[in-house]
Amino acid sequence: MTADPVSPDDAARVREIVDRTYRDDSRRVLATLIRLFGDFDIAEEALHDAFVAAIERWPVEGVPANPRTWLVSAGRFKAIDQIRRRVAFDDRRPELERQLTELSQENPVTAEADDIGDDRLRLVFTCCHPALSADAQVALTLHTIGGLTTEEIAHAFLVPAPTLAQRIVRAKGKIRDARIPYEIPAAAELPDRLDAVLATLYLIFNEGYSATFGDTVTRADLCGEAIRLGRLVVELLPEPEAIGLLAMMLLHDSRRAARTDGGGELIVLEEQDRARWNREQIREGRELTERALRARRVGPYAIQAAIAAVHADAARSDATDWAQIVAFYDLLLNMNPSPVVELNRAAAIAMKDGPARGLDLINALLARGELANYHLAHSARADLLRRLGRTDDSLAAYATALKLTTQEPERRFMERRMASLKR
Amino acid sequence: MKYLCLIYDNEAQQSKMTKEEGGKMMGEYRSFTEDITKSGHYLGGNPLQPTSTATTVRSRGGKVSTTDGPYAETKEQLGGYYMIEAKDLNDAVQIAARIPAARTGAIEVRPIMAM
Repeated sequence: MTADPVSPDDAARVREIVDRTYRDDSRRVLATLIRLFGDFDIAEEALHDAFVAAIERWPVEGVPANPRTWLVSAGRFKAIDQIRRRVAFDDRRPELERQLTELSQENPVTAEADDIGDDRLRLVFTCCHPALSADAQVALTLHTIGGLTTEEIAHAFLVPAPTLAQRIVRAKGKIRDARIPYEIPAAAELPDRLDAVLATLYLIFNEGYSATFGDTVTRADLCGEAIRLGRLVVELLPEPEAIGLLAMMLLHDSRRAARTDGGGELIVLEEQDRARWNREQIREGRELTERALRARRVGPYAIQAAIAAVHADAARSDATDWAQIVAFYDLLLNMNPSPVVELNRAAAIAMKDGPARGLDLINALLARGELANYHLAHSARADLLRRLGRTDDSLAAYATALKLTTQEPERRFMERRMASLKR
Repeated sequence: MKYLCLIYDNEAQQSKMTKEEGGKMMGEYRSFTEDITKSGHYLGGNPLQPTSTATTVRSRGGKVSTTDGPYAETKEQLGGYYMIEAKDLNDAVQIAARIPAARTGAIEVRPIMAM
């Protein structure tokens, strides 16, 4: 007896359901499979096999009531088969046999049902474990949690695909060989470990928002991915700083369409067409900022979100409440002393009290040396000199900034500024 | 799972310790070792003589060469080790952080390869 033939319409419909399930649920299924097998590679292969099985069987047997449970269960059986085949000629035999016994005893349905949120959080903390290098954390997070291919990540970070693939292989190897646990940190460690997770998301967002190299200002795909991951963390662990980071990313990303012109040229904040800012992102970002600021402990991400919210509130550049922005920078500097924050504060003071006052601060900052090679310090200085009418000094500062800039649109922006000064 | 905790610290600074400071440090190590023995993490460990006593040996094409001193010149030198049993890397890191030299130098935590 053979199964009823499947009509092409049904096959297409089921294929669509499989695709949607892959998009919406494959990362959740993967997170659970990694917990069950304690091995990223086995879990990834099991995930792949489970979806192949779904494509084969759902058109014939019907779409299961709970596709996620079905996939975890199918992936688990496929992986047990795979391990069984491997046991025969693997030198880790005792370890694998122990795993097999455990796995065969575990009930996959109960293992999956109530733990799914926790599994995703475990995955986040494992991918952002401080024992992995920052590069590895970023690559592994985008690959495993974000579901991006190595080619996509390599393209976004402008590194050769084999380099990126190697980075991921090494990170997975370290998780396995040094036994980085698949767990949510204990309460005592949580703040530090959450910081590491947020720092990774911030790195991904920043690379997307202001690409370090290359011919475009932003890489929207990375920003979008960082925001998506930020939402996931807030959903799983609504800590004030996680909320603050998500708010900050949304508020910065809301300006994306206005930050470049049709030709991909950079437009600075004060010259942006604010009608092109994304109101929906601003609304959500502002709500989240307020939520983060109401927390007992207000952290640096929440403050940065608050600064972005003040900008978002100003209908025109000259209506910006610079006094409030300076106050927030004072708070931030107090919390998190850094020369880059000082630079931003100096730029805000220049807007509040005039360019001469800002220039004094930036000169003092540059004299300390830490920012000597930071292009934005020199371009900020050049801008203030330009406002003060000190054309020659401004040109010299732009020339220094230009030498230190690796991003094409930023270079062209400075060249345009220099050309207009020479007129 | 077994981990080797390699203890790196500034030898020059340690040699400048007074007798009192040296005694205090030894006491700290003694009580740390006792603690991790009681908790079942301790497998072994030893302090090492200073790098001035080290010899680096190489055998190339059947010819053995020996040179004075450690293999790598660094600011911090290998001064001792602990072999521990830990549940996972987090567990191992928690223990390594309690080694007295973690406060002044650095501890390298390396998983032992199962053979």
